[in-house]
Amino acid sequence: MMQAFLGDPMAMILLTGALVATSGALLGTFLVLQRQSMLSDAISHSIVFGIVVVWLLTHAQSGPLQIAGAALTGVLTVFLTEMVARTRRVKRDAAIGLVFPALFAAGVLLLNLYARDIHIDSHTVLLGEIGFVWLDTMPLAGFEVPQAVVWMSVATLVNLGFVLACYKELKLASFDWQLAAALGLAPTLMFYLLLGLTSVTAVAAFDAVGAVLFIAFVIVPPATAYLLTDRLSLMLLLAVLVGVASTLCGYPLAVRLDVSIGGTMASMTGVFLLLAFLLSPRYGVLGHWRNRRVKYSG
Amino acid sequence: MKREKRHEPDLALHIEDLTVAYEGKPVLWDIDVNIPPGVMAAVIGPNGAGKSTLIKTVLGLVKPTAGHICIHGYPPRQALKRVAYVPQRSAVDWDFPTTVVDVVMMGRYGHLGWFRWPGKRERRRAMDALSAVGMEAFANRQINQLSGGQQQRVFLARAMVQDADVLFLDEPMAGVDATTEKAVVALLQELRDQGKTIIVVHHDLQTVRDYFDWLVILNVRVVAQGPIPEVYTGENLRKAYGGRIALLDPDSSGETPDAVPREVVN
Repeated sequence: MMQAFLGDPMAMILLTGALVATSGALLGTFLVLQRQSMLSDAISHSIVFGIVVVWLLTHAQSGPLQIAGAALTGVLTVFLTEMVARTRRVKRDAAIGLVFPALFAAGVLLLNLYARDIHIDSHTVLLGEIGFVWLDTMPLAGFEVPQAVVWMSVATLVNLGFVLACYKELKLASFDWQLAAALGLAPTLMFYLLLGLTSVTAVAAFDAVGAVLFIAFVIVPPATAYLLTDRLSLMLLLAVLVGVASTLCGYPLAVRLDVSIGGTMASMTGVFLLLAFLLSPRYGVLGHWRNRRVKYSG
Repeated sequence: MKREKRHEPDLALHIEDLTVAYEGKPVLWDIDVNIPPGVMAAVIGPNGAGKSTLIKTVLGLVKPTAGHICIHGYPPRQALKRVAYVPQRSAVDWDFPTTVVDVVMMGRYGHLGWFRWPGKRERRRAMDALSAVGMEAFANRQINQLSGGQQQRVFLARAMVQDADVLFLDEPMAGVDATTEKAVVALLQELRDQGKTIIVVHHDLQTVRDYFDWLVILNVRVVAQGPIPEVYTGENLRKAYGGRIALLDPDSSGETPDAVPREVVN
């Protein structure tokens, strides 16, 4: 029965999508609150460079080595960005825009020159192919398990463990960096750990949803949850729920319309954001309009 | 037992030969500051005098170029739990999804240590502190519903639960209503009477004499420091603020004038 489940394409596609959404939302919540959302964009692009370099050196297409190499590239991106910004010749947002296209371009060039046989091409780099995740399996505990499911499960568990263990440290670093530093709770270390894990998750999610769609799962569900609640813990939970719901709604819609599955899942996050924007009781357009009416009619 | 080596243990804050520079430009130049325990001290000076930088350096948020700092005789890294800090209100995002009592509990995070979650004890401490600042009714409010004065009271409550010996406050009276200002000053004076040392970056020269008993006048260098009656003189203020000060009482050749710095008036 277990093998039937693991061999079922639809179940594996939905499971992979739900894992990408969960792991992304856990980290994305803190990135959005720290106003660092666009760093996830930078990271998910520049890891292409890491993936190609690791492949050239070891010919590993997935697995721990590939993940470690790409995670380092992600942290390198952030480090270089901070370094360029610290010269104060370039503003920080521009520094992000300088660093990641350079690494991304280098990655694509290397890909074209030396790695034509590798599984990624410019299409999968951007969008991935979640529809085929069930084909690429590995043996695990006597079962043939899709690689994407294995690595995304690991990423999700690691992210969950990180957020649960360092919840108060992450919260304080996001709310009041100076107090976190003054109390010795190492907000800079938290920041790099957060971005390191974002890189790891981006690599694990790469085959499934690609670089661009991954960003949607990191940023949009937390931004949606932000409109719905005033509690950080609830924001985390809602972000995960919105992400998972997007994958569950996106799949049947994509099959029906015969379009990209990952793309439809990501589009659904946008639909949920729009709904929250319009209908959220306190922060939505409708709620705002109603509150004003209540205020001025009495 | 490890033998403790403390430098100037009888001073709440001891700063020696401190220089801080941003991009090679000195913000603080070779300053010495000594503040005894149990006083309420104001740090005043014109814009760009390095007041906030001074506090941030003491807290380890800014790296000094030279010099050393001791808090009750300990280097700042060993004195993290002896020091509380109230940043300027604008330093944090008041739209952050959290409640008033949650923010106050953050003051206990340092004592809790890594990985441990705050619990009932921390909540009780936070509620006590909120009562002390008259904000217990707001405990479960979202923080974006607070006025400026209420935000300041919450920050003060957060500093109180840190159980620190030395409190640093960066312009706590900026942009708050008169009632809050009086309440904040009364609370700080009460803490001082309990033996704590209060160090406040202050911008309103007119209230310095009423609120404080110790004064540090700063303008990149230390212009003067000591008990208010000795230090709050027209001569010292003119030295620090230069032409930017309008002395309301120009005849009395300097003793305790009512001074209004023009940058505050604007």
